[in-house]
Amino acid sequence: MSIDLEQFHQVFFEESLENLDVVEQALVEVDVDSDIDSEVINTIFRAAHSIKGGSGTFGFTEVTEFTHLMETLLDEVRDGVRPLTQELVDALLKSCDCLRHWFDCLQAKQDLSDEQSKPLVVIFENMLNKNSALASTEVNVSKTTAGTDHVPLHHWQITFIPHSEILLSGNEPIRLFRQLEQMGEYKVIADISGVEDIDQLTVDECFISWNIELVTTTGKEDIVEIFEWVIDECTLTITDNIPTVEANNVPEIGREMIAEKSGAIVEEAKKPKTKIEIAQKTKTIAASSAASSIRVGIDKVDNLINLVGELVITQSMLSELGNNFDMSKIERLSSGLDQLLQNTKELQENVMRIRMLPISFAFNRFPRMIRDLSVKIGKKVDLQINGEHTELDKTVMEKIGDPLVHLVRNAIDHGIESVEERVAANKPEMGVIKLDAYHQGGNIVIEIVDDGKGIDANIIGQKAIEKGIVDDVSKLSDGQIYDLIFEPGFSTAAEISDISGRGVGMDVVRRNITSLGGRIDIESEVGKGSIFRVHLPLTLAILDGQLVRVGSEVFIIPLISIVESLQIKAELVNKVSGNMILYRLREDNVPIIPIYKEFNIEADNTELDSALLVVVEGDGRKVGLLVDDLLAQQQVVIKSLESNYKRIEGISGATILGDGSVALILDILGLITQTTPKKSHSNRSMKAA
Amino acid sequence: MSDTSHEYLTFLLDNEEFGVDILCVQEIMVWSPVTELPGTPDYLKGVINLRGVIVPIVDMRQRFGADGVDYDATTVVIVLRAKRENKSIVVGLVVDAVSDVYKVENHDVKQAPDFGTHINNQFLSGMATVDGKIVIILDAKKLLSVDELYQVTMSAIPQPLAS
Repeated sequence: MSIDLEQFHQVFFEESLENLDVVEQALVEVDVDSDIDSEVINTIFRAAHSIKGGSGTFGFTEVTEFTHLMETLLDEVRDGVRPLTQELVDALLKSCDCLRHWFDCLQAKQDLSDEQSKPLVVIFENMLNKNSALASTEVNVSKTTAGTDHVPLHHWQITFIPHSEILLSGNEPIRLFRQLEQMGEYKVIADISGVEDIDQLTVDECFISWNIELVTTTGKEDIVEIFEWVIDECTLTITDNIPTVEANNVPEIGREMIAEKSGAIVEEAKKPKTKIEIAQKTKTIAASSAASSIRVGIDKVDNLINLVGELVITQSMLSELGNNFDMSKIERLSSGLDQLLQNTKELQENVMRIRMLPISFAFNRFPRMIRDLSVKIGKKVDLQINGEHTELDKTVMEKIGDPLVHLVRNAIDHGIESVEERVAANKPEMGVIKLDAYHQGGNIVIEIVDDGKGIDANIIGQKAIEKGIVDDVSKLSDGQIYDLIFEPGFSTAAEISDISGRGVGMDVVRRNITSLGGRIDIESEVGKGSIFRVHLPLTLAILDGQLVRVGSEVFIIPLISIVESLQIKAELVNKVSGNMILYRLREDNVPIIPIYKEFNIEADNTELDSALLVVVEGDGRKVGLLVDDLLAQQQVVIKSLESNYKRIEGISGATILGDGSVALILDILGLITQTTPKKSHSNRSMKAA
Repeated sequence: MSDTSHEYLTFLLDNEEFGVDILCVQEIMVWSPVTELPGTPDYLKGVINLRGVIVPIVDMRQRFGADGVDYDATTVVIVLRAKRENKSIVVGLVVDAVSDVYKVENHDVKQAPDFGTHINNQFLSGMATVDGKIVIILDAKKLLSVDELYQVTMSAIPQPLAS
């Protein structure tokens, strides 16, 4: 009979979060000083209303009540009764944060705290109280979540004597009680003195009446409203007094109390948390952790279906060909196979595209952030976003969000100057931050451009020497000096603000980006501004790899990390202390890592002279990998070793080659950090020396 | 199948008969060449591609501390699969031969004594007597646990691969 609403929760959360985004975007666009587009208000109102409706359906009372307040205010704004003030916009933005936090809690099956909502409820109520006509009832409703200290508690004594035929009209007293339960602490005492002998009982008649004590802030009208549907079929009295009767406690019998004749009173005292709720909680935790969904445009799905259709046709053609094959049909076979190749390629591309989302998902949070930050630190900033439709893999998107936030914050905090400085430098008062995203080859490039003061290489260099990051910067190019700001422990802000400047940020930014297989570089001109450019692979599931052979094993080196491949000239090899062998590559000294030694394999060739060396770069450091042979370059699908085994040092995953065998993908970063001593500047100081 | 009995697939290792819950057996296949994993213990032979899934292959003889034997066309790999923490885990076990399928009443499975066999006690779930033979029942869940199968006894391997 009951539908399991839990199955719809995920959808509700997603929709609500989307609605919150809508509200937030609309609010950020609102300019309180000018005329407000009524359509904007309507958009906000509609979104808030759907959240309220949904949360009501699923019984998230706190959310319902809170959004109800928002809605009431917005309704007044919509009707022109209330002006949309900056104060209101701020409060509404904050309530978006609060709701978002609540949804997170609900998704994680945690209890909701009113820590964030309380001050907001007070603000909203103050606003509403100013136009008191509408306000009174709303305030009362909201008080149950906001704490009960302001409004006096009523001790309602409700006598509810239903007529015996009440059940015939489809009304269920328990349902009424549940609604009462929402209002506050309540106690129901069933009076079953009217119950006949068991053989006299009929299932569709009600013999019980109830006395209810309800301690709440809710007014009488709201209680009457609950009983509205049954008011004609019962005798109802509601009085407000101090509780007098403590019922004789009888063991709890639950809701099927009909057969119980001996005890005179059944007590069902309940607090908001019941056992049932807890049971449901544990049941669904597993389900919710697994469900993460993605919205896909119908055109993408249609495309896939078409492609699968073509694949099926090709397959049937091939299998017919195979049924009675002779050599005369070899040409048709090869063209069929070509077609199959084409089909699978397209299918692969399209399937990958399903995981792609427009980067606006990551960019959307910035308008709000810039607005808040610029107010906070008193700089004028205009945000321009381009290329927000550029598509990016969902996993990459999730991981790039935080680094981007950091870069944008830095651009405001360190890049854009204060209004006075800008005026003095003959620049417009309004600083500009541009976010741009575009595809370049198999990569996506995200640019964060500001027209601020730029990065002064001299200052960075000095700072780096002060912090002991490098010894000498005189021989470093500007680009290399800019790279120093990604070193751990580097921060140029003279004062540490709460926005940025603790010096933990940029190295984390770079680490996150490199862990995604991307890189970041900086361009800057003093007085004109800076450009931070983030290059990322489009997807994490497929990578362009160089197949190499060592002994009988085939390994894959990600193409993106390969700098060059060369044949070793013996005279350029230097053995240094320890087991380190360096190879002189133009002005760099590159440590050689013999793969066969690293992985303990028998190689064809252990002589260094004229052996093949693949020079790879990771984390700003170069090493040469000694291999036996270079094989093909191809795209490989990354399979995790961890799903059935565990992580192996130096290996980032595995893939399946055309012949069905498994090949391991080298973890270049891991190999570099594992084999070269943990002096992260060895390369640089060597270069400088 | 009733709750009071279980079916077990048995296999031979060094002339001893071992059983695993048949519900955890995904398939039985012949040995095929593996891709070796660097820096792993001897008994982990490597990984294979099983219809797109990378499956680690464990030599049960070596896992239990006996000497390995050469593989040939009759060497059998039992592929076990079970759900752990919401994801399924697959592992292939190299055994001498697959023997039989027995139905054993639960009360016939006796607590294993702590002697008489060289296998590590941690995988034992009990012993049963079938047709006068003793079958050692292994706990498939533990065999499939990454921690138990690979990690715990790494130290017990006499000589780990030189690294």
